Order: sequence, then structure tokens, then C-alpha cells
Amino acid sequence: MSTFSLIIKQIINGLQLGSIFALVAVGYSMVYGIIRLLNFAHCDIIMVGAYIAWFFMTNFANMPIIAVVASILGCTLLGVTIEKVAYKPLRSSPRISLLITAIGISYLLENTAQLVLGAAAKKVPGFFTAETIRIGQVTVSTASLVTIAVLAVSMVLLTLLVQKTKLGRAMRAVSEDAETAQLMGTNINGTISFTFAVGSALAGIGSVLYCCAYPQVSPTMGSMLGLKAFVAAVLGGIGSIPGAMIGGFMIGLTEVFVSAIGLSTWKDAVVFLILIIILLVKPSGILGKTVSEKV
Amino acid sequence: MKKLLAAVLAAMMLFSFAACGGGGGGKEEGTIKVGILGPHTGDLAVYGLAVRYGAEMYFNKVNEAGGVNGKKVEVVVYDDQGDSTMAVTGFTSLVDSGIVALVGEVTTGNCRAVVDEAFPINMPMVTASATATSITYDEDTKTVFTNVFRTCFIDAYQGSKMADFAFNELGAKTAAVLYLSGDDYTQGLAQAFVDKCVENGMSVVAQEAFSSGDVDFNAQLTKIMKAAPDVVFLPNYYEDDGMIVTQARKLGLTCTLLGGDGWAGIEKYASAADLEGCFYSSAYAAGSTPELKAFEEEFKATYSEDYLNSFAATAYDAAMVVVAGLEAAEKSGAEVGSDDYKKAVIDGIRTGSAGVKGLTSPSGYSFDEFNNPEKDVVIITLKDGVPTYHMNY
Amino acid sequence: MKKKFNLPVRQLATVGAFALFLLLGNFLMAKKIIGLYYTKVLMVAAINMILAVSLNIATGFLGQLPLGSAGFMAVGAYTSAIIMRKVTFVSPALAFPVCIIIGGLAAALCGFIIGLPALRLKGDYIAIITLGFAEIIRIVILNIDSALGITLTYGASNLKNIPKTTTFTNAFIWVFIVCYLVSALMKSRHGRAILSIRDNEIAAESCGINLTYYKTMAFIVYAFFTGIGGALYAGYLGILNPSGFSFAKSIDILVMVVLGGMGSMTGSVISAAVLTIVPEILHAFSDYRMIVYSLLLIVVMIFRPAGLMGNKEFSMDMLTGLFKKKAKGERSKK
Repeated sequence: MSTFSLIIKQIINGLQLGSIFALVAVGYSMVYGIIRLLNFAHCDIIMVGAYIAWFFMTNFANMPIIAVVASILGCTLLGVTIEKVAYKPLRSSPRISLLITAIGISYLLENTAQLVLGAAAKKVPGFFTAETIRIGQVTVSTASLVTIAVLAVSMVLLTLLVQKTKLGRAMRAVSEDAETAQLMGTNINGTISFTFAVGSALAGIGSVLYCCAYPQVSPTMGSMLGLKAFVAAVLGGIGSIPGAMIGGFMIGLTEVFVSAIGLSTWKDAVVFLILIIILLVKPSGILGKTVSEKV
Repeated sequence: MKKLLAAVLAAMMLFSFAACGGGGGGKEEGTIKVGILGPHTGDLAVYGLAVRYGAEMYFNKVNEAGGVNGKKVEVVVYDDQGDSTMAVTGFTSLVDSGIVALVGEVTTGNCRAVVDEAFPINMPMVTASATATSITYDEDTKTVFTNVFRTCFIDAYQGSKMADFAFNELGAKTAAVLYLSGDDYTQGLAQAFVDKCVENGMSVVAQEAFSSGDVDFNAQLTKIMKAAPDVVFLPNYYEDDGMIVTQARKLGLTCTLLGGDGWAGIEKYASAADLEGCFYSSAYAAGSTPELKAFEEEFKATYSEDYLNSFAATAYDAAMVVVAGLEAAEKSGAEVGSDDYKKAVIDGIRTGSAGVKGLTSPSGYSFDEFNNPEKDVVIITLKDGVPTYHMNY
Repeated sequence: MKKKFNLPVRQLATVGAFALFLLLGNFLMAKKIIGLYYTKVLMVAAINMILAVSLNIATGFLGQLPLGSAGFMAVGAYTSAIIMRKVTFVSPALAFPVCIIIGGLAAALCGFIIGLPALRLKGDYIAIITLGFAEIIRIVILNIDSALGITLTYGASNLKNIPKTTTFTNAFIWVFIVCYLVSALMKSRHGRAILSIRDNEIAAESCGINLTYYKTMAFIVYAFFTGIGGALYAGYLGILNPSGFSFAKSIDILVMVVLGGMGSMTGSVISAAVLTIVPEILHAFSDYRMIVYSLLLIVVMIFRPAGLMGNKEFSMDMLTGLFKKKAKGERSKK
């Protein structure tokens, strides 16, 4: 294998990993943008989505589309339910209460999954019949190409949704200033629920892509993924959708690069170091805008 | 409100004092208490329960056959949830309840924490799954923990056996390793494998590591592919290795893959085609003897197939070893629970285990100077997704 | 509010009650009424009390949510354990208090390094940055030996043979010291500044309180005491492994603080004791422990955000107040 194809391969590895981070990071970013909550449960929504995909793939292996639709619907429903049951009653509470509740939800989902489904990982059957594709000298797995393509399409659709539709305008208005938006006649609760629904649906897509790339599901699979995705969101600029994508790709490529130079055991540390450095140097992230404190 | 609070507080105080007063069970006549300690809930439950059920199964058999010297073996179980703090308090609780021997702990770190407590009081311990050298021997102080035995391999033994196997049987000249860093077991196997390869004159062309919880091994595997080794040694647990095998084949890595006994169960985590022709070392080959077949059938019927892994078999053996010790101690005539009795159990295990025809050591158990068992490694190969006996090595 | 007892009387009574508790405890242990097992459980409870009280400084008093208690604990535990192993020429009883303080200082230093950048920012960054920090610490402890070719932390193969110097008595003496220092701090000018930041940052700042200074100070105090808890943990267990300092450990401590009441030191002490002892009694339900913990977090936040004690403290005044009320109530019935 030539050095050139080695580098190409590593870049594709990084983009694939980065795409999944990006999809998860967008969910964090949207929720943080609208209610200033670090939604710890987001990563566990992905875990639930992956289990749904696992369930349908094991039982209806010849129809992957069922698994895809079920995961996305399941995640959306779960995200909205969590918002209604756990976060809505706390809308006027101090932020710390909201954060603790989010941790509680995350822990509840993880431990329930562990109790019901066991701590051991489950194998997800393959989604594609042709597992690899040859392009010139380089063999690429189908999963990585599909992952990158799906991410690109979702990002375009999401940007259109946020920029061009009425609901998207409401989302932007609420995240800018919730009280004023309410005075202007925006339905705050509906908009927040809608944001959760969109973020969770993306998490559902992310969970399916995750299962394609890394065909195992376990109760704790979401925790590290979620943390790194959050770092990606902060790196790209929290609240910004293109930012989350750039952040995701950067974290993915960094991880692969660090592993490739033989420091794989340090890669988690490197990711968190990036977080600390970015907060020191430019807390608003690459594409984020600095917000002045309102009194 | 305040009254309610006071009532709650008072109740709590009473509760805790009642709890503190409740310790220390009385000794019952005619029974021998044996402890089983391990994680029966939480992440590691699959190992902890395998050990617990395997050992319980043998103790139940002994009781059905009339017990040891006419006395029933009473099993006292403590679930430490895989937490080292709870392992230590759990051990103390078992000691308070009057056990004379212990099967456990399950994981290396927690086991060593328990050994530190058990060695000063000379409590006989047999672990079925803690594989690190440090469980029975402390390098800092050059102390052999004479009260601790095990029925599983030590890490270094398996690693060097697989290196020999790759060199002698597979004719490999170059090798690579991909191991989980930050884990005693995987690091121990990887190190021993590399050392032995060098000793055999093979060249180790890539040594890659990953961290716990990683799912993307493409970066490391791409590097290994570039080095093009004859064999790749994956001394990790089946879930990780299943993923590694799948990703390696997807990337186009075609060489022979080797594993340690952590591979047991890997066939559920990678496809038959990807695993074809891989080898791993194991304590035993499932269903290879009539005794093993009977054990497996009974285990599935009584407990669950989920926990039927190699630790269930080694735990069954550990219980056999403990019973051999108990029989010797009963013969010595010492009073159950006394220091002499515990010493007699340990001496009994040392000298009497040769007669223990265990599931994973049909020729009997003999322990070396560090209380590690001397037994063959079984090499398993995967054929059409089924683990198949290959050879004793 | 005017206190019913003046200061020296209250302090004397507190010290007296504490001394009585220690004597009683030791007496019961010597008489074997409390077995070795329950002694150990009580020691774990003492360590948890220290951890909970110190997290309460950051969460209850300062209003921030660090999720890295396990990281600071690891720093304290490993620092003190490594020194304890080296200074074999001094009697452990003498070396231990010094090592505990060094462990605490090492944790405090880490607290300063990560607290300063994170606390300048508004928002939940402190939660994620401390979480990341704990993860970094764990990775460093795991890999530092093989990276530098030294034997310091022994990575995954456990730091062994740490002198087991934590006892029932010295663990509770440390609980007492930590509680005393924390309550003294919180009653001082600095304590009031910290509380004002929790209640309203903008108002506090406009009153001339230096936000970053006080936030960092409270955070360092939290890290310091958590490090002390970690050092006691090392002396209790005698063996350390990085996997023991996971995110789950941080959450365990958070649950204690939330249940006890954010802002109530005695609440943290009580709930640390309860949450250590009750799981030992209800061992049959250990499968459900984590689920109960997570439900506790959610339910307490939604229905009683103040926790068990709110921000009140359990004190002599409260006790006498109770009795008086009771007496009054009985009289009025007649």
C-alpha cells in the first residue's frame, strides 16, 4: 500500500468519524442555543435509537428501511417526551436544576437499558450487501461513504429549514430572545418542542449511521460519543449549525491523526485539551458570535 | 415541617444504629461457610455471575452428595458491584459472617484489594478469573501470598504460548499487536506476546493500542495494513475484538488473526466469514469432554446460557479446589473457623489438588511456587463461525 | 436572627458532642458490638461526607456544577499514596496527615488551573470542562508510566501496597475539620460574597464583588477538600486503580449533595451517611441502585429542588426550637 493511499484512507476514516460527531453536535448545539441547556440526555437518545435499529435489524434484516424509520421516529418521540416531562416544569428554575435533571435523565436511560438489555454489547447485522467499494487504489467501506453523504444532505436540509421556513424563523427568534419572541406572538413551548424534535431526529439518523459504521450497541455507547460531540459543538461555535459540522470534522480528523501517529491512548485527552484551549482562547468557538450579557 | 424533619432524622439514626448493631452472625453447628464475592450487578455482571453460578453448581453437588465430612457447605454470596470499596467491605462482611474460604474476587484490581485484606488473616482464597501475576505475588516486597490460589492462566503464560504457536505452527515471521491500553489483562498478554516473538526471532512490525470505549479502530488497522504482518495478535475482550475483526476485514486486512481467552463468545460479534481461520487460546474447548458436556447442559438448564463462559468452568474448578482443601481440613480435626482450620484448608489445596480432576484441567491441579496452576493451553479455531478444538499446546 | 446560645457555648458543645461520638464509636468497636464490617462502612461514609461537603461548596454555595469530583479525588489519592509509599522512614501515623494535605494541595492546584479559564465564562462550561478534566486525569494516570518509562502510578496494574492508615478516628476527625473550616468560611465575608454570586451574579458584580476571584476561590476550596477525601480513600483501600475514578463516582457524590440539599452542609453529611449505609442494608436491590439514584436526581429537582434540608443547617438552635415548639404545642392542647 502506498503512502498516498494510506493518507487518503486515514482522511476518509476521519471524515466518517467526524460525520457522526457532527450529527450529534448539531443536536447539542440547537438545544443549547434555544434553552441554554447542555442536554446530557442527548447522547443517550442516540443509544436508544441504536437499540431500536438493532431490534429491527435482527428481526427484519432484509428491510433496513424499517430500522431507519423506526430509529428516527423513536428518537424524536423520546426527545420530545423528555422535554415535556422533565425540562418543561423547570423552565423558570435555576439553570443548575435543569442541568442536574438532564444528568438524571441520561443516567436513567443508561441504567434502564443496562437492566433491561444487559451490560454486554449487541451485534447489529450489516445494513449493506456490498461492504466495500474500490475507487482506484483505495478500498473504502460503503458505510463511510454513505455516512459522509447522509451528513451532507441532512445539513443542507437543516439549513434550509432554519433559514427559510416559518418554524425556523421562530427557532431563531426564541434562541435570540425568548421573552421578546413571546411578545411578538411566537409559541415558545411549541418552538422548543419542535427544536427538540429536530435535534432528536438528527440523533436518530446519527444512531443509524453509527450502527452502520460500528455495528455494536451497548448501554454506555453514547456517553463518550456525546461528550466529544459537545466538544465539537463548542469548537465550532455553540448555536451554529455549520459550526457544529466543522467542529465535528475537526474532532474526527484530530482523533484519527492522533491515533495514526501512534498516540491512540491519548486521543481522548487531546480532545478535552482542545476544549480547554478553545475556552481559554476563543470561548465563542470558530463560527460563534460573542453575546454580551443581558441584564 | 420541622417535626417531620426531626422524625425523619431520628428514624435515620435508629436505622443506622440498628444496622451497625446487626453485624456478626453466630456460628451454626454442622455447616461450613464459604464466601463468593464478585460483581453480580453492573457492567461486569456477566463475569461475576458466571463465577458465582459455576461455583454454586459444584457446591450444590457436594451438598447433594452428603457434604464435606457430613457437614453441608453453606454459600454466602456478596455482590460488590465491581467497586473496589465495596469489594473490601464485602470481604469483611463475609469474614464477619464466618466463612472459612472464598471463591473470588473476579477482576484483578478488586481481587488484589481483597488479597491485601485476606493475607494478614490467612483466609484461603481461590480466584477463577483474576489473571495478573500480582494476585499471588507482590513484586515490591517479594511476598508470595500463600493463601491465594487460582484456576485460570496468568496473563504472561497465554501471551507467550500464542507467540510460540504463531512461530512454530503457523510459520509466522512478522507479527503485529493491537491491544486495549489501560487494562492489566490485555497489556499483560500483549507484552508477553511481543517478548516471546522477539525471543523467537520474529519481528514485531506494529504495536498499536486503543482505549476503553473506543469503537473506531480504522486508524490503527490502516497502519497495521501498511506494515503487512503475517499474524495480528488481538489480546482483548470479545466485544472489542469482534469489532476489530469486522473493521479489519472491511479495510482489506486478510492475514491470520490471533486472540487470547478473552475471545470466547466472539462468534456472536463478527461474521463467520470474517473469523474463518482465526485462532485463540482458551482454558478449555467447549463440549470436548463428557464432563464438560454434562456441565454445559446442566448450567444452561439451571441458570442461563448468557453466563456460560470460560469463567463458569474455571469457577466450577475453583469450587472443586476449595472442597479439596475443606476435606483435608476436616480430616485434620481443627475446629471450623479457627486459624488452624484455615491453615489446614490452604495446606490441603497445596497438596491435595493433584487429585482434583477439573473441567479445565482433567489431569488434576498442581500449583507452582507462586500458586499458579500448571496446565495446557487449548487452541481453538473458528470454522464456519463455530469455535472448534484445534490442539492442546 | 439572634442565636439562643452564644458562640463559645455552641462551639464547646459541638466539640463535646463530637468527642463523645468518637469515644462511643471506639468503645463499641473495642467491645465488638460494631463489627469490622460496619466499621469499614462507617469509614466509607466518613470519606463520602468529606466529598459531599466539598462538592456542596461549589454546587450549593457557589451555584456551579462541576462534574469532576472523581478527577480531583484521583489527584489527591494518587499524590498522597505515592508519597506515603516513598516515606517509609517516617512512621505512617506521622506522615499521613502531611500527605493528606499535600494531596489536597495538588488537587487544589489542578482546580486553579482548570477553574480559572472555565469560571470566567458564563454558562455550563464548568460542567463539561471538569468532566473533561477528570477524563484527562484518568488517561494520564493510566498512561504516564508507559509514556515516560517510569513506575509512578503503575497505570492499569494498580498502585499497590499503600499503607492503610485511614482509621475510624482519623477519618471522622477529618470530617470534623472539613466541616468546621467550611462553616467558618461560609460565615465569613468571603462566604457571603460567594453566596451573593450564586443568588445573582450581575447584582453581586455591581456591588463590587470580584466574580472571577471568588468563583475561583470557592472552586479551589472544593478541589482541595475533594483531594483530602481522595487521600483518605487511598489510605482506606490500600490499592488504587484509575478505573475507580470514573464519571459514575462523580455522580454518586452529586446525588448525595442534591438529596441532602444544595447549600446545606449538614444536609450533605446526613445524606452521605444515608446513601452509604442504606445500600449496604438493601443489598438485594443493588440492581436498582443506579436507577433509584437517577430518579432521585430528577424527582428532587422537579418536586423539591431544595433537597432534604434546603439551605438550612442542622443545629442546636434547630433542636431546641423543635422541643420548644413541641412543648408549646402540648401546652396549647391542654
